[in-house]
Amino acid sequence: MDLKEALERFALRMGDNTLVLGHRVSEWCGHAPVLEEDIALANTALDLIGQTQFWLGLAAEVQEEGKTADNLAFLRDAWDFRNLLLVELPNGDFGRTLMRQFLFDAWQSIYLPRLAKSSDERVAAIAEKASKEAAYHVERSADTVVGLGDGTEESHARMQKALEYLWPYVGEIFATDEADDILAEAGVAVHPESLKDEFYDLVTRVLNEATLDIPQDLFFHKGGRNGVCHTEHLGHMLTEMQWLQRAYPGATW
Amino acid sequence: MTNVSVEQVWDWLEAVPDPEMPVISLVDLGIIRNVGWNGDTLEVTVTPTYSGCPATSLINMEIETALRNNGIEKLKLKRQLSPAWTTDWLTESGKAKLEQYGIAPPQPSGGPQRCPHCGGSHLEKISQFGSTPCKAHWRCKECLEPFDYFKCI
Repeated sequence: MDLKEALERFALRMGDNTLVLGHRVSEWCGHAPVLEEDIALANTALDLIGQTQFWLGLAAEVQEEGKTADNLAFLRDAWDFRNLLLVELPNGDFGRTLMRQFLFDAWQSIYLPRLAKSSDERVAAIAEKASKEAAYHVERSADTVVGLGDGTEESHARMQKALEYLWPYVGEIFATDEADDILAEAGVAVHPESLKDEFYDLVTRVLNEATLDIPQDLFFHKGGRNGVCHTEHLGHMLTEMQWLQRAYPGATW
Repeated sequence: MTNVSVEQVWDWLEAVPDPEMPVISLVDLGIIRNVGWNGDTLEVTVTPTYSGCPATSLINMEIETALRNNGIEKLKLKRQLSPAWTTDWLTESGKAKLEQYGIAPPQPSGGPQRCPHCGGSHLEKISQFGSTPCKAHWRCKECLEPFDYFKCI
């Protein structure tokens, strides 16, 4: 694998994460428990979809096959996606959605500022922009996790259940491959492994404050980041997200 | 035909209102990063406020419309992400106009300084997100009115 292939894979991973999570979060639009949360979720989804345009735009540019970010988002099938399994899981209740958001935001809020120092100026520019948004997102999702975890008996129980459901998907963030080594070597992207301590410190601090017990099992699911085996949920999500292009191929706005 | 001056173009852009907050112009908002001629093509560099701001494409369209109406034929809009937009680029007059309009301008402290309606200082945050990605939702405990606060980033 050369640097170009590694960069393409990296940009797809970043863009597919924000695309799939952005779509999942947007599913709440009009359904959130209160208006303020509805607006907050929609705004978060917008930021993520906006970041997707940059990352998938970069992936398309690196590929040099004349594709656009839209082509990559709407004309690929499940097996070509490189997002973490964590982001494609169904939303569940509001608590589980916010727990997942927190786990994702915590990682991004640490990763993006490092990527902003990338030797590739395109990566650095996107990360610089996105890191401001991630910092704002994690502030809100962490607050909500604490509010609900350290809330009523009912909300606490739901957040504990959400954490137990999602925790086995967190480890995939650090399931690295050759592309990560090449990019770290070239100074394009810090090695995901190097963020591990800081990530678990942050997550532990917030979950402790939320009075939640962190599962001790070290097993984790993988297969999204490397595209080997997505969950059955991604295909269902894509049939909805890509419906227009599937029903009317080539339709433009 | 000679190219019009860059100053003239800035003046035209100064008259283009932000689509979401029409009291301030795109120049007040600080998103026009550069105006220059490349041969006979006018190049305008724009930076987005937020990655997913839905107004971005509308803003580009309004810039194009304003400049075409002023006779610009060859135009190129460039997107620039870095340095990332910051509320520090809002002009002082832009901040004053926002407050007059009922939107509390950004503060380095991370929250509004006073209620844009009554000037009260007992304020509470309702939600980190308001009517657009760039705003948060607050309430004044003195006049009890809700208001938008322009987030400081």
